[in-house]
Amino acid sequence: MTLQTLYTIIAGPLAVLAITGFVLGCVYRIVMAVRQTASDRMVIEYFHPRYALRSILRWLTPYSTVNMRRHPIMTLVTFVFHLGMVVMPFFIFAHMLMVYEAFGLSWPTLPDVFVEWMSWAVLLALVFFLGRRLILPEVRYLTTLSDYLILLLIALPFFTGIWAYKGWWAAEWVTLLHMLSGEILLLAIPFTRLGHMVLFFMTRGYMGSEFGGIRHARDW
Amino acid sequence: MTQQTVKVKKNIVDEGIEAGLARLTPERIESVIQRVLNREAGARLKTYARTCVHCGLCSDACHHFVSMNRDPKLSPAGKVKRTIGVMMQKKGKVSKDFIREAAMVAYSECNLCKKCVLYCPFGIDVGYLMTLVRRICHLLGVVPRYMQDTAHSQSVHFNQMWINGDEWVDTLFWQEEEARDEAPDIRIPVDKEGSDIFYSVIGPEPKFRAQLIYQAAMIFEAAGSDWTMPGSPGWDNSDLCMFSGDNEMMGRNKRAHFEAAAKLRVKKIVMGECGHAFRSVYDVGNRWLGFKMPPIPVIHAVEFYHDLVCNGKIRILKKFAQPITLHDPCNIARGMGLYEKARELAHALCETVVEMTPNREHNICCNAGGGIINCGPPFKDKRVEANSVKAKQLFDAKAMGAEVVIAPCHNCHGGLEDIIHHYGVEMELKFFGDIIYEVMEKPE
Repeated sequence: MTLQTLYTIIAGPLAVLAITGFVLGCVYRIVMAVRQTASDRMVIEYFHPRYALRSILRWLTPYSTVNMRRHPIMTLVTFVFHLGMVVMPFFIFAHMLMVYEAFGLSWPTLPDVFVEWMSWAVLLALVFFLGRRLILPEVRYLTTLSDYLILLLIALPFFTGIWAYKGWWAAEWVTLLHMLSGEILLLAIPFTRLGHMVLFFMTRGYMGSEFGGIRHARDW
Repeated sequence: MTQQTVKVKKNIVDEGIEAGLARLTPERIESVIQRVLNREAGARLKTYARTCVHCGLCSDACHHFVSMNRDPKLSPAGKVKRTIGVMMQKKGKVSKDFIREAAMVAYSECNLCKKCVLYCPFGIDVGYLMTLVRRICHLLGVVPRYMQDTAHSQSVHFNQMWINGDEWVDTLFWQEEEARDEAPDIRIPVDKEGSDIFYSVIGPEPKFRAQLIYQAAMIFEAAGSDWTMPGSPGWDNSDLCMFSGDNEMMGRNKRAHFEAAAKLRVKKIVMGECGHAFRSVYDVGNRWLGFKMPPIPVIHAVEFYHDLVCNGKIRILKKFAQPITLHDPCNIARGMGLYEKARELAHALCETVVEMTPNREHNICCNAGGGIINCGPPFKDKRVEANSVKAKQLFDAKAMGAEVVIAPCHNCHGGLEDIIHHYGVEMELKFFGDIIYEVMEKPE
């Protein structure tokens, strides 16, 4: 199979599959969680949009909760990591270009140098998370094989992304690997612990509602 | 110290748990676990199990974890892993030994204090998950003996202390008589229909601390309150069934309490200084009965006293002179946000208030709550050892001059008393009621 055929498959049907799977998977997660409230009515009864939002925003703001301040380095690493992983990919020139070529849409992007440094930061963050899992007894005790695999799953697209951008050895093939690993990651989000990407808003929102609306206490 | 602690833990044999285990079969274990996991638990269990990323950030919230040399098994997520995590993974196919371990974790290593909710980035409620484990243990008949005894008492008498109907009314008359030495016209109005206030207490008050009822009567009298106490079952607002996992009986208890108040057509329920009772009436029991909020407004003693003292309804003659420190009970701090009112009240009553840190909603639990103290003597050493961090906090407050600890909760009293004795902290414990009674202008 030639490079071109592979590219057509990975950038075509597989990309469509990954994106569709990701979107449908996330919708499925949300629908399931809401459906399961049938035997847990109070989750809906006590839901309070204002307090839910209050808690969510609080937990999305760096250093605004007691526990974030207790772990300053972990907090810094976590926020850099999540920005690099969730937000940055939308603002990479090469990513935007693919959308532009397919749909004619374009938007401002980040300088490539910045993207490269952020990608290194994401990889370093993963090393940091791996270190925590190996060194801190309370984290090691909780860690399962899937937790290590998830770290690897995230590392792949970033590592191959840097490789392809730098034009190192066999960059064309690595570009394909980059796209493929990105697609696998995308598809894995709703079906692994990475699903916390959507479930965070539900669990935190519920707790914010309970604490704000019923318990009259802060939940951070 | 670590070795000693581990030894204490391993030696605990609870007759109730062992007797329950002896009756179990693998089929029974599986069917009960499946029933709770699939039919009773819903969105929260499944979403929490799916969301936890095993980051361990909840660990520092737990006084068990911090006190026991940061034993990873005692972190909130660690406790989930050892109990309901395995039950879900194995779909209920677990051994008797596993159930014994799960019961030990759920009943004696988690106070359901919910502090970890404030540390987990996702707000995963480990207290709720441990409640589910207790529910499973209850349905399997594997409950610590002393706790089950109080639950039995509640199912016979609707109070947790085996107090008969006549003994209860007799105690009220006795306290009324005692109080009349001091205030000749005072009454403890029993079953007075149409009163403003329905005053309810927990079983141990008439049993061990009857003077608290006397003091409360004096406070109501001084404030000119229109109040009453019920003469029949429903007077005990506590609920150990809530902690044992017997939700059905918890519901009957709460119904008896609300109905006693409804029958007397009162405007509101005022509760004595108890935390778990407040939780059972305001948070858990009412929900089981299908009330989103309690059907009759429920006011905890701290809020009630705050209104009396801070709005000048009773007069303070001379502030309490000894420096005090304030312990925030979980169930009224994280459960009702009463920490600021408790502080305003303390400052209005006492000359010097020394703060313990962390405090307010980040308080350190007494380690008696969540029914742990009700598991009785077999668990006492473990309970006290697993809260050295609270002893340290008390020592720190003492070093800053505090001589008295105010704890507006019965369970906290029990737990702190044991900690104070075990670690030799040598501080005095009081309720707000004790202080108010001491410093107020008494009725004549």
